[in-house]
Amino acid sequence: MTIFDIISIVVGAFLLVIAFLAINSKKIINSVLFLSALSMLAVVSFVLMKAPDVAITEAVIGSGLVTALFVFTLLSINRRDA
Amino acid sequence: MKNIFGFLISVTLGVFIILALANTDAFPEFGSANTDNRVSSQYLIEDNVNDIGSGNIVTAIVVGYRGFDTLGEVTVLFISALGVAFMLSSPKQERLDLKFRPNFMLRVGSKILFGIILVTSFYIILHGHLTPGGGFPGGAIIASSVLLLYLADDKFRSNIKSFKILEGVAGSLFVIIGLLGLVLATYFLQNFLPAGNIGELLSAGIIPIIYILIGLKVGSEIAGIVDNFLTEEESA
Repeated sequence: MTIFDIISIVVGAFLLVIAFLAINSKKIINSVLFLSALSMLAVVSFVLMKAPDVAITEAVIGSGLVTALFVFTLLSINRRDA
Repeated sequence: MKNIFGFLISVTLGVFIILALANTDAFPEFGSANTDNRVSSQYLIEDNVNDIGSGNIVTAIVVGYRGFDTLGEVTVLFISALGVAFMLSSPKQERLDLKFRPNFMLRVGSKILFGIILVTSFYIILHGHLTPGGGFPGGAIIASSVLLLYLADDKFRSNIKSFKILEGVAGSLFVIIGLLGLVLATYFLQNFLPAGNIGELLSAGIIPIIYILIGLKVGSEIAGIVDNFLTEEESA
C-alpha cells in the first residue's frame, strides 16, 4: 500500500463526508459551498487516478462556474424576497 | 470552530494538490517525459499516429475519431446558451445590484489576474493535442476570467454583441473545415492536413485549428450565459 493509495482512501472518505454535509445543510448557500468543496476534492482524486483532462474540466466548471452561477441565483432570489 | 474547520480543509486540500503534483512518476520535469510511458506503445506502433498525430489520446478521440459528435456537443451547448438568453435577456438591461461595493485594490488586482487567466486558457487550448485540456476546459477558463471581471467591478459589462459574433464565426468555421475535409478528402471532418511529428506544437493536422475554434465558441457562449445571469431588466 503506497502513500497514494492512502491519500486516495482519505480523499474518498472526505468526499463522502462533504457530500453528506451538502445534503444536510440547513442553509442553501452552505450546500452550494460544500458542493464546491466536493468538486475540489474530486479534482484531487481525478489527479490521483491520472485523469488530468477530467480534472481540469471539473476544476473549472464544477468548482468555478457552477458555484458562481448558483451563488448569484441565490443572491438575486433572496433580494427579491426581501 | 467554523474558522478552524475551514482552515483545516484548505490546508489538507493544498497538501493533497502539492503531493499529487510533486509525484515525479506522474508528472516528470518539462522535456523529460517519456512518450512510451504516456501513450500505449500499441497506439504508437499502429497507424493511429500517422492518421491523427495527437499525443493526447483523449483529444485524438474527441476531435479526431469522433469529431462529428463534438460538433453535436457544441451545438447542444449553443442551444442551452440560446435558451438562457431567450429567458433572461431583454433589450434594456443593467447590472444586478448585489449591494456589494468592490474597492480599488480588488478592481485593479482582478484586471491583472484577468490577463494571467486568459493566457493560461490560451495555453490550454493551443496545447490541447499535446497535454491534458483542450477546447472545452480552455473555453470555460476564458468564461471564468470574464466572470472574474464581473465579480470585481459592479459596473462592468462585457461587449456581449462581439461575443455573439465571435461565437457565430467560430461555429461556422468549424463546419466549413469539416466540409473542406469532404471536398479535399473523402469524408466530413477528415484530417486533410499532414499529421507531423508527435509532440510538436504544429502537428496533428486540423485538430489544433478545430480546438481553437471550439475554445472560442465555448468561451463566448459561457460568457454570454454569465452576462445573462448577472444582468436584469432595467427597473424604471
